[in-house]
Amino acid sequence: MTSLHLDIPHTAAGDVKPPVKLSAKDLAFYYGDFKAIKELNLDVPENRVTALIGPSGCGKSTLLRIFNRIYSLYPKQRATGSVLLDGENVIDPAYPLNRLRSKIGMVFQKPVPFPMSIYDNVSYGISHYENLSRSEMDVRVEQALREGALWDEVKDKLKQSALGLSGGQQQRLCIARAVALKPEVLLFDEPTSALDPIATGKIEQLISELKAHFTILIVTHNMQQAARVSDFTAFMYLVVLIDPAATQTIFTKPVKKQTEDYITGRFG
Amino acid sequence: MNQQDHIVKSFDSELSRLYGEIQQMGDLAMAQLNAAVDVLDRRDSNAAARVVANDDAIDILESRISSDVLTLLALRQPMARDLREVYAALKISADIERIGDYASNVAKRSIVLNNSAAIPATARIGRLAKTANLILADALRAYQTSDAELALKVRDADAELDGQYTSYFRELLTYMMEDPRTIGQCTHLLFMAKNMERIGDHATNIAENTWFVVHGEMPEGERLKNDHTAE
Amino acid sequence: MSAQSIYYRRKTIDYVAKTLAWLATAFGLFFLTWILWVTVSKGFNAFGLHLFTQMTPPPGEESGGLLNALVGSLMMCLLAVLMAAPIGIAAGTYLAEYVNHSWIGETIRFVNDILLSAPSIVLGLFVYTLVVEPLGGFSGWAGAIALGFIVLPVVVRTTDEMIRLVPGQMREAALSLGIPQWKVNTQILYRAALPGILTGILLSLARISGETAPLLFTALNNQYWNTDLSKPMASMPAVIFQFAMSPFEYWNQLAWAGALIVTLFVLCISIFARIVLSRKKL
Repeated sequence: MTSLHLDIPHTAAGDVKPPVKLSAKDLAFYYGDFKAIKELNLDVPENRVTALIGPSGCGKSTLLRIFNRIYSLYPKQRATGSVLLDGENVIDPAYPLNRLRSKIGMVFQKPVPFPMSIYDNVSYGISHYENLSRSEMDVRVEQALREGALWDEVKDKLKQSALGLSGGQQQRLCIARAVALKPEVLLFDEPTSALDPIATGKIEQLISELKAHFTILIVTHNMQQAARVSDFTAFMYLVVLIDPAATQTIFTKPVKKQTEDYITGRFG
Repeated sequence: MNQQDHIVKSFDSELSRLYGEIQQMGDLAMAQLNAAVDVLDRRDSNAAARVVANDDAIDILESRISSDVLTLLALRQPMARDLREVYAALKISADIERIGDYASNVAKRSIVLNNSAAIPATARIGRLAKTANLILADALRAYQTSDAELALKVRDADAELDGQYTSYFRELLTYMMEDPRTIGQCTHLLFMAKNMERIGDHATNIAENTWFVVHGEMPEGERLKNDHTAE
Repeated sequence: MSAQSIYYRRKTIDYVAKTLAWLATAFGLFFLTWILWVTVSKGFNAFGLHLFTQMTPPPGEESGGLLNALVGSLMMCLLAVLMAAPIGIAAGTYLAEYVNHSWIGETIRFVNDILLSAPSIVLGLFVYTLVVEPLGGFSGWAGAIALGFIVLPVVVRTTDEMIRLVPGQMREAALSLGIPQWKVNTQILYRAALPGILTGILLSLARISGETAPLLFTALNNQYWNTDLSKPMASMPAVIFQFAMSPFEYWNQLAWAGALIVTLFVLCISIFARIVLSRKKL
């Protein structure tokens, strides 16, 4: 059983121990009888970017998807243990699902805009929770699109289909859609693996801006991206979490040999 | 080096090449130092001229290593230990280049010394040179074998060299006060001794960088400096 | 065998295969063109406004149109689609969303495929036993129901496949916003799958507009004007059948004209379906 907590650095620039926003305790995950994730603990600090890296199949995407209970969609999947958001266990079946999802938003690997106009894509989620007048909704949509660094590019074509946007724009739309609900935590599942380098750069810039208001957890198989974008990095190997530590430490002098082997390209 | 290979094999071969270049450079520098001392013992000015010329070879290697390091950083994005090794290679090549310069300087001064009468003080400089040589050899070996413990010993040995230098400095002062005709030679010897002491310091730099490669941080504690000539 | 000779052998096989494929296409196209040509030329001769204004004539008469048959066909086809499409869409959604990978889902799909390829005359007979006999007579309802049974499996299949084509991540993205499952289905999935589903419905409409066998003993036929669904109704295929087999010259002409109308109708629907599929991006 692994029990490693995040190493709050004493060397990072001006960083004093940030409070923990999201905390997984003794979290395990099963596909039917198969134990996909062994009991692990992970503390995600507030208003920082935490990256999860590791080789394929180690369970990092699975772990991410536990946090907003997407697994409840599939009958054979279940999780044990607890995930505490500000102290409340959000994977407890008694915790309302839509409340969880209004607090924890998710952006997926493939940009999936809804088959609607750009405006409707953003307002769709909001209208489910709040009853807003047309002008109020306009304000919210604009705010969300600004936060998603997309407003300037689409402000003249809000009524056009979202499917007409480029890949990078679509992904920023998905981000705008997620932040429109004003969640507290944002989960990113390999958000740029389908995008070209420039679009990737724009989204990385966006993430570094977003962390001022949100707590961010990002799964990436691109180590350089984890190095560029995150404040803390955790390495997952063989479904076990190793080495949560400050990013600058993990990439210059990691503690565990498996982490070192992975990030220097010696794995396998 | 004691780890498994990179998945991309060319990365390993490039790192090996870097180590090889440092090895070459270190060997050259040590040869320079030995040759410079020999020149003193045998009073052979032609050999001295060769030492000076060979300094160019060291400089060429240094610029080649710089360019290799730059390429490795840009193209391989090394991480963790790989990154430390590449970074250390850059710093160590600079240290060795300085050592080569000092050795060359010793050789130049020995040419001048050979044109005047021999004095007893000249014999002592050989001892300093030997110590410096040992320290350098250990530092380079520690680097090539990633031996952090040996690197630490080098750091301590340098203190001894500093002590030798201090006493030699005082000895030369005494000579100069006793017999002002030897001031010229003694001054050269002084500079040569200082060069040896500096060589020791640079070798210690190499040792500290080796420790850094292995452990990820500089060795703790103050470096012992026994150079009391400025007091 | 040298590389050169292998190459030539392959080139020869390629050439032969291409020729055979071309010949097969030409064969099919030839007959298709011939059929169309005959239909168009014969039907065109009998074409006229009277087709749409006058009733089917009794035997021997030299005037008359196809109005009652057109109206009857239209009514029954539309009714069939209105009855079967909602059921089909609901069933297809159930298959794609709720029982997709389970044995129940596989069974339903299997049964649906059987229904899909069931001979339409069997369906007609089934409806005859189920509706005509208990009600004591032929009726438009029975005809519509029979046609509905042809539409149903097509819509089920199309809906199932179109919904399954919607990427899973779109579902998850919608659910991640906290939208409940039923809303995700209706608002997201249907919008994404709509062009495909519409196309399926349109194509099944095109198919039933030409189905004859099931109508023969459900709706029968009606010489006179009738919009009462509880009575036998005229339909285009039935009328064409009757008129074409008869010895009366005028009736034959009307049959050809009717065939042309049906063909044009199917053509228009197919074109429309294509437009729907290609343009509708919302």
